[in-house]
Amino acid sequence: MQPEGGKPRRLTRFDHREVRAALLLCAPTAVLMLALLVLPTLAVLGLSFTDAELGVPGFQFLGLGAYADLFTDRAFLRAFRNTAIYVALVAPASVVIGLVLALLIEAEVKGRAFFRSVYFLPVVSLTVAMASVWQYLMHPSFGPMNLVLQRFGLPSINWLGSSDNVLTSLALIGIWQALGFNLVLFLAGLTAINRDLYAAAEMDGVRSAWSRFWTVTWPMLGPTTLFVVTITMINAVKVFETVATLTQGGPSKASEVLLYTIYKEGFVYLHIGVASAMAVVFVAVLLVLLLVQTKVLEKQVHYA
Amino acid sequence: MMTPSSTLVRLLRFGFLAVGAAIILFPYVFMISASLKPPEDVFSASLSLWPEHFSAYENYSKALTRIPMVRILLNGALVCTAIVVFQILFALPAAYALAKLRFPGRGVLFGLVMLGLLVPIHAISIPLYAAAQISGLLNTLAVLVIPFTLSVFAMFLFRQFIKAMPDELIHAARMDGLSEAAIVWRIILPNAWPAASAFAIFSVVAHWNDLYWPLITISKTQLATPPLGLLFFRSAEVGDDYGALMAATLIVTLPLVLFFLFAQKLFIEGVTMTGLKG
Repeated sequence: MQPEGGKPRRLTRFDHREVRAALLLCAPTAVLMLALLVLPTLAVLGLSFTDAELGVPGFQFLGLGAYADLFTDRAFLRAFRNTAIYVALVAPASVVIGLVLALLIEAEVKGRAFFRSVYFLPVVSLTVAMASVWQYLMHPSFGPMNLVLQRFGLPSINWLGSSDNVLTSLALIGIWQALGFNLVLFLAGLTAINRDLYAAAEMDGVRSAWSRFWTVTWPMLGPTTLFVVTITMINAVKVFETVATLTQGGPSKASEVLLYTIYKEGFVYLHIGVASAMAVVFVAVLLVLLLVQTKVLEKQVHYA
Repeated sequence: MMTPSSTLVRLLRFGFLAVGAAIILFPYVFMISASLKPPEDVFSASLSLWPEHFSAYENYSKALTRIPMVRILLNGALVCTAIVVFQILFALPAAYALAKLRFPGRGVLFGLVMLGLLVPIHAISIPLYAAAQISGLLNTLAVLVIPFTLSVFAMFLFRQFIKAMPDELIHAARMDGLSEAAIVWRIILPNAWPAASAFAIFSVVAHWNDLYWPLITISKTQLATPPLGLLFFRSAEVGDDYGALMAATLIVTLPLVLFFLFAQKLFIEGVTMTGLKG
């Protein structure tokens, strides 16, 4: 910050009045941060090295062995794998479809606001409520989805009741819900692209919509796309509501995902040591996603 | 754009968008339809949307009485409002200090903001739960609010926004003899209004939806928020009474959807500014 023109520069680095004001303004937040963020984080880190159980007196310090145990723990590995599959299903689909829809809406003049609102509706709908609706839609015998399949002479699908299908079915719900969110972010990114670039590309002989997309839109949309991909992945890693409402991790643990497993270990089985180690891994996954985002952003800055 | 937009291309484009919209709306249509039907109509495995026998009154009265529905909606509204108010109350002064004042510890504080952005409530819910239990706060509305009074995301967002404000604005206010606190509430807040309203939308959507924390801390139906209340409704329900369940579903979904329909611009701006649900 620049020292003010008229005042003589002080020898101390800080202006005492400014420091006092700042500390007063920050004090309530600092206290909250200590109580609600720093201490709990330290507690989770500490607990993660132990085999502590709620209601059982005394515990053992396992050190890094706690994490070694975790990575040989079948239930945890399954949750990790299931979450990865869920993310791999939801993120690409909801990003690509969101982008395609945004391009179509951007190009179409009629009904732009209408389509945007319709696609956005799932974002503002209560997840637990819409999960219940999907449960009805996916009911094996009288669910409208199977009735539609039957109408076309196709075999019924056991959407949520079969361990082979359950993750895909949950992913379908996840995609349905994330679409509108990605679409709105892409629309904002598209509007920010300078129109002159399209004119310039046109002059350089870029004629078709297809090559216009790859020469102008896609490179200019880079940062938006990266942001959308990361945030979609982070949200997908945090999948909880649909699992808790519809499957409770079943059938036969085929939909056990990270957060649901942490919840069950910590608050149903009261294995708070194990649950804490899982929570630390969960945060590590989020950290990796964020770091990748920052790294890529640093490499390819295409800001218009 | 100069390309000749042929009618066929436009028709295809419009058709694609319309089919997509129909898929998005599909669950809502069947939710409304089933909420009007008696069980035998739901089980009849027919795709007709119009009920053969109307059962709307039964379904909706079950939805309103099997759980204290009105109370639950009010809980949700109260909790969300309290959370937003406290979040802004705490975050704005700190964000102003981070953006415009020089003081020792500023780097540490900002580092903690980044830490907070990384660590979601789910990861630290065990110690928070323990603290709530020790202080006797389980099964109170307060426990639904307290852990969220600190929003590092709000601090981050407001800091970015305030940083972009001209320093002259603040110097002028100091010249007029305003205290730093007065500057925050009388100068910064009105100028940061777009960021504050975008954040408010973000916060309300997130907390209206949240199931994880209420599920852990609340076991009384009277104190449930809408997502948890719906879970209670589902477990109180014997058999597959989808008509009543869809009625309950519609009732809890409606408030935020209506809010969105009436304030769409605010929502869309909110999303683009905050990257909602981050």
